[in-house]
This record gives sequence, C-alpha cells and structure tokens, in this order.
Amino acid sequence: MEHVTQLLLILVILANLFVLGSHPLGACIRAVAFQGIALGLLPLSLHPEERSIHLFVIALGMVGLKGFVIPGLLFRAIRDAAIRKEQEPLIGFNTGLFLGAILVGLGFGIAGKLPLPPHTGSSMVVPVALSTVMMGLLVIVTRAKILSQALGYLILENGIYTFGLILAAGLPGLIEMGVLLDIFAGIFIMGTVIEHIHREFGSISAHKLVNLRE
Amino acid sequence: MLTTFIPLGVTLVAAPLVPGLINKTKAAFAGRQGPPLFQLYFDLLKLLNKGAVYSRVTTWIFRAGPIVSLASVIVAALFVPVAGTASLSFSGDIIAFAYLLGLGRFFTVLAALDTGSSFEGMGASREVTFAMFAEPTLFIIFVILARVTGSLSLSSMLTQAPLVGTPSMAGLLALVVFSLFIVCLAENSRIPVDDPATHLELTMIHEVMVLDHGGPDLAFILYGASIKLFVMVAMLAHLVFPMPDGSPVQSGLVFGSLMALITIVIGIVESAMARLRMVRVPRLLMAACMIACFGMIISLR
Repeated sequence: MEHVTQLLLILVILANLFVLGSHPLGACIRAVAFQGIALGLLPLSLHPEERSIHLFVIALGMVGLKGFVIPGLLFRAIRDAAIRKEQEPLIGFNTGLFLGAILVGLGFGIAGKLPLPPHTGSSMVVPVALSTVMMGLLVIVTRAKILSQALGYLILENGIYTFGLILAAGLPGLIEMGVLLDIFAGIFIMGTVIEHIHREFGSISAHKLVNLRE
Repeated sequence: MLTTFIPLGVTLVAAPLVPGLINKTKAAFAGRQGPPLFQLYFDLLKLLNKGAVYSRVTTWIFRAGPIVSLASVIVAALFVPVAGTASLSFSGDIIAFAYLLGLGRFFTVLAALDTGSSFEGMGASREVTFAMFAEPTLFIIFVILARVTGSLSLSSMLTQAPLVGTPSMAGLLALVVFSLFIVCLAENSRIPVDDPATHLELTMIHEVMVLDHGGPDLAFILYGASIKLFVMVAMLAHLVFPMPDGSPVQSGLVFGSLMALITIVIGIVESAMARLRMVRVPRLLMAACMIACFGMIISLR
C-alpha cells in the first residue's frame, strides 16, 4: 500500500501547484475537488491493517463532501454571482509556482527536524501536510478574489486534515464528523456571503472591502 | 567493434520515421489519409539533390550552422541507449549530452542571426528564451535519475531507473516522465509550445529560424531535428518500461513498440491540443520545472 500512499500524496502536491499556477477559476475548483478525493482515499491506504467501518465512513464522507458537495457549492456561487472566471493574483503565476516549489522544499526540510512519534505511517505524510498548509496560506494571501481565498482556505484545511491522518485510526468518529460539518458550514456561509457582497458592491474583489460601516 | 555502433546506426536510419508516424497519427485524427510514413526520407533525398542559395549578407557562420547542429546532434545520439545499450557511455556523459544539444541550438541561433533578418532574430530570441526554461528541467531530471540509480552515465541511468524497487519510485518516475515529456515537446518544437506545421506565421519559433536555409542545408536541419526527436523519445521509452534482458530481438521488439507508442501519444497530444499562447509557454515549462523540482525533493530524502 506504500506505493498508493506515495502516489496519492504526490497528487495532493500536484493539485496545489496546479492551483498556484493556473488561470481559470473553474479548473482550480476542480483541482481542489480532486485533491479532496485523493485525501479521502488516503486513510484507506495509510492504515491497511485496521480497515474498519469507521475508516470507510471517514473516507466516504471526505470524498463526498470535499470531492462533490463543496465544489458544487463553489460552482453555484460562481454562477449566481456571475463572477468572471478569471483570477487576479497579486503576484504573477510564475512567481506563485516558484514560491510553491520553495514551500514544498521548506515543508520537507521542517518535517525532517520535527520531534514526531516514531510510527507516522508513510514518511511523506508530515512534509506533504506542512507544505499543503503553507501553500493554502500562500493562495489566501496572494489572491484578490474572495472565491479564490475560499479555495485557499480549503487547501489549508486539507493540509490540516492530512496532518490529522497520522492519528486517524485513534480519532473518534464524532470529532471527525464535527470537523467535516464545520468545513461544510464554513463554505456554505462563504458562498452566501459572496453572493451578498456581490449584490451589494457589484464586485467580489477583496481590494474594495477596506472600511467598516454600520 | 562494429557491434558498438549498431545503436547509433539504428538511430540514424530510423529517426525520420518518428515525424512520419506523428504526421500519420495527426492525419488519422483529422480523417485524412496523410503523407506516407516514409515521406521525410523522400524529402531529404529531394533536398540533397538540390543546390543551395546563399544571401550575400551571410558569412561562413550561416553555412556552418546546419552542419554543426547536425554533427552535434549525431554525437549526442551516441550516448542515448537504443533497446538498452548505447554506442558510447562514460561517467558524466550527461553533461556532454546536454551541452551537445545546446551547441546544436547555439549554432542554429547564430545562423539565424547571421541572415540579418529581423524575423529570424525574433525566432532566435524565442528559441533561446524557451531553452532557458527547458534546460534546467533536463538537468533536474538528470539529478533525480543519478540520485536513484547512483550512476552518472546516461545509458545506465535510463536503463536502471525503472528497476529501482523503492516504494516512492512509481510516483517519482511518473513525475520524471511527465516533465521529460514536456521538455521533449518544447525541445522539438511540437504543439503546445510551437507548431511545426505553420510557415510564415508570426507566432512560430523553430521554423522561423530556418527559413533562409535551402537545399542540402535544409536537409541537414530536418534530419538533425528528426534525430533529436528520436533521441528524446528513446529516453522516454527507457524510463516508461524496463528493457527485457533476453535476446536483442526481444528487447528490440519491446523498444520499437514503446517508441511507436510514445510517438503516437505525441501525435494525439498534437491533435487534441491547440498551440498555447506565446505568453503562456514559459508557464508550462516553469510548471514542468517545478514538478521536476518536487521529484528532486522526494528523491533527495
């Protein structure tokens, strides 16, 4: 199963790089959905000896929610708010890709120095989690559109989820469900908020949201 | 002694088949019959029988360009294995290989600049710009392969890499093959980067540099381009699938079918995709480079 785990983790990083380096918003949403599916399958390959119903439920919930429901919500937000399907990054796409590669290197470098428990499944889980978190932050910081920032938030959360996977078998299902519900609610609210902002200001660029009013 | 040069001989004889097969694939996708598989051989024969015309503003550099680029590509082909064995290999020949390709490009660019045409100067500038992105990627790929096989010669790196049995190898090879494929498309000016079928268009790169060459010079350039394509496809073929240890006939068959397969994949990519906008090309090459970097990070751990 080690092969499958490595392959899934590589796909996760590639999806990150794709989001950092590609132009159309729809393709980025699909890439994040793809990343969600890959992460959903990860617990099954990471803990092959303890495949319980619990693990299958987590995997199923993860694939369903992050692979289909949340992307569906984001696509609906695009359609409802009639957003132009292009992003306006604050830095160029090439610079973004370059920074992304540096963050991957940084993630691998830091992970080697962390005092982790000896048994953490595959050796690549922690570095991939760390660099995914950092790349999610990079997306949030460098994109002007709120929808792109929501994508960055999703990537960030995917990274945290990957980190949690080390302990997935010991995690109670209820906490898992709670976390998934949180994300779902977050994206749901974000979608609605985007629609309202769009109706109010005629734009969803974060640059125009500078002062607070009653 | 003679058997050492069989791989090179195969490369020299079979190289013009690769563009022929790509064109056949593209024609099949377009629903046409297309030019015959051996069209490039006929073209080369026809061009070799013609005389060359030289502009009065050109110097000896213009005449040396095609000869030097063909010669450097043939020498580079010595290091690339055909069906598992290369004609020549020594430790560190990857550097020689990369810079022989670079030397060929350098002389093509010089010859283009020597004509004094602004059009060709533009093509030369583009060629060099894109090479600037493709070459680091090639070297990062070499670093990965050298790291996993512990060897510094091109032929043993390429033949041993698919046999390494560490768990991260499958994903790593996928990354290497993907970025090498993009480098192959860029180096040989195939479709998402450049369109080999267009002439006299403002967006082309490689074709524009050779507009002033004619007759035998053009034959040298076309032949050199086909050898370069053959060499890059052969590198991919060795990485995708390990060559069997058995008889030469067996490995030759495996190699031949892999070559045909990858060539057809290139043809499919060309039929299914449009040429990228010029400003997008560096981003594609940059992405290939970053993917290779990611592979290097994995391999270095």
